[in-house]
Amino acid sequence: MIYRESGQFKTSYAADQAMFPIRQDRIFIALLLVAAVAVVPVVVSEYAIRSILMPFLILSIAAIGLNLLLGYCGLISLGTAAFMAVGAFSAYKLATGIPDLPIVLNFILAGLVTAVVGMAFGLPSLRIKGFYLAVTTLAAHFFVEWTITKFGWFTNYSPSGVISAPPLDVFGIAIDSTTEKYWFVLAWVLVLAVLAKNLVRSSVGRAWMAVRDMDVAAAVIGVPILKTKLLAFAVSSFYCGIAGALYVFAYIGTVEPQAFDLNRAFQVLFMVIIGGLGSILGSFFGAAFIVTLPIFITLAAAPFGGQIPAEVLSNLELIIFGILIVFFLIVEPLGLARLWQIGKEKLRLWPFPH
Amino acid sequence: MAGRRQFGEVILSVENIGLSFGAVQALSGVSLEVRKGQIFSIIGPNGAGKTSLLNCINGVYHPQQGQISFKGQMRARMEPHQAAAQGIARTFQNVALFRGMSTLDNIMTGRNLKMRRGFLWKALWWGPAEREELAHRAQVERVIDFLEIEAIRKTPVGRLPYGLQKRVELGRALAAEPEMLLLDEPMAGMNLEEKQDMCRFILDVNDEFGTTICLIEHDMGVVMDLSDHVVVLDYGRKIADGPPEQVRRDPRVIDAYLGAAH
Ligand SMILES: Nc1ncnc2c1ncn2[C@@H]1O[C@H](COP(=O)(O)OP(=O)(O)OP(=O)(O)O)[C@@H](O)[C@H]1O
Ligand SMILES: [Mg+2]
Repeated sequence: MIYRESGQFKTSYAADQAMFPIRQDRIFIALLLVAAVAVVPVVVSEYAIRSILMPFLILSIAAIGLNLLLGYCGLISLGTAAFMAVGAFSAYKLATGIPDLPIVLNFILAGLVTAVVGMAFGLPSLRIKGFYLAVTTLAAHFFVEWTITKFGWFTNYSPSGVISAPPLDVFGIAIDSTTEKYWFVLAWVLVLAVLAKNLVRSSVGRAWMAVRDMDVAAAVIGVPILKTKLLAFAVSSFYCGIAGALYVFAYIGTVEPQAFDLNRAFQVLFMVIIGGLGSILGSFFGAAFIVTLPIFITLAAAPFGGQIPAEVLSNLELIIFGILIVFFLIVEPLGLARLWQIGKEKLRLWPFPH
Repeated sequence: MAGRRQFGEVILSVENIGLSFGAVQALSGVSLEVRKGQIFSIIGPNGAGKTSLLNCINGVYHPQQGQISFKGQMRARMEPHQAAAQGIARTFQNVALFRGMSTLDNIMTGRNLKMRRGFLWKALWWGPAEREELAHRAQVERVIDFLEIEAIRKTPVGRLPYGLQKRVELGRALAAEPEMLLLDEPMAGMNLEEKQDMCRFILDVNDEFGTTICLIEHDMGVVMDLSDHVVVLDYGRKIADGPPEQVRRDPRVIDAYLGAAH
């Protein structure tokens, strides 16, 4: 009876339309925030922050981006990694070309560049859907990959194609310790998650979902289809672009196209499917799940004392992904987010299940 | 009521439209005039072209011949969202709700056209953007009250029974505050009580807001009760046009219906 909304009567539409209408949810989120900002850097080892939390947070942004496009607007894309690459290289070119540009502004500009590229590749979505759109975005992926490796301009003519990212500083404060980078990334995650949540609960999100669910009816009620789809591509790509910039600047520290191969696109796609299509929270669940799964598999294999070869383990990972994807697509298309919600509904009735 | 009411100027005029799909001639040489404030029914046997006619009126289909003008504006090739912007809303023969969304969100979508704030404002959900959302929420609540669907506000529409889905779809169209409402068999598959409710809603909308209504319906009792004017289609052609009592007696109409029954 701890998690209940009884007695919390909403007396205004504002309260009902709030981001977290239930008080317990608000408390939970507030605690989570305090923990993420203040407790984690103290309690969690630097190694764990660097190798688990950073990829989790950064890929969450990409997952939110793809979820806006696929989960909310119903447009499949395999271009996620390419858009991340566009963001990463735009940020790199901006940082080296205009050294005085504040990093926040730099990332926003990089996101905007990615948004424009995303819209260009989103144009075919007016005519094609589903599988064919997936193929078009796949072509976009290879096109971007080719362009970046082919033209030395993007890598400032570095012979190896691998360059270290310029150091980060925010308004003159250098961001170089792991904790500082963690806070920097966390700030982006929080802001972008809140903006995404606002979008999806507004007229913009309703237009996206309307197009996803029934495009003829959406058009008839006055939703401009092309504009709505292109906006979804733009916003989604903006998120992926920022994720890409953070990935190279705050996480791996080198700017290399290999960080954004097709596997990355599928990885983010799996995050969205497992986490929950059409859920911002689910994007976090999915990212957490996919980032930590290999660790759990390694832990589970530990008792066998290294008898299991590494290739088998990584194949095992793929097999588990495969099974889970099939499971979620067939049984629970709304993913972990839906399971979370069901859990909450159960909790709401507990301890009297009837 | 038919014939006793006075109506305003012509709001919709369809002139000699023809529409074909390959060899299938869905509409040929259909003309009609709908006056402001009328309840205008389109009837005819299955496959007569009724739905196609509505689709032409709000830009889902583009007739190969003829012209359509709404509120005196002639249109060349109109897209559905332009028709919506001009004040035409509609429901579909097969429920066309946004299945993944709640009743509330479905109806809120009906107000999207009226919202002015762009996506940057909406991303911030602040000041004018929030006020706009809340003001429209209040409007939508009036539609919800009117249709007596308060209890299913938050229910995903996919889980609702068919009759309620049709009601929500009407709500979504009403939320747009249309000048003209196109209803494609709004009572198909409903039980008697649900039909009576639906009739009441249609009459109330017409009465209270002066909304012009274009109705396709197979239930003759309903058509005769509600309509101010009836047009009959058969094989894509208009075979009768007039007040309900006149149309009912028209031998060609009786023929078409008896013919269809055989
Ligand atoms: N998109 C389409 N493509 C091909 N043929 C179509 C299409 N839409 C309608 N038709 C054809 O046009 C004719 C008229 O169809 P329409 O749906 O307008 O009839 P209707 O009067 O609404 O019938 P019902 O009472 O069964 O709803 C039919 O022969 C139908 O097969
Ligand atoms: Mg029909």
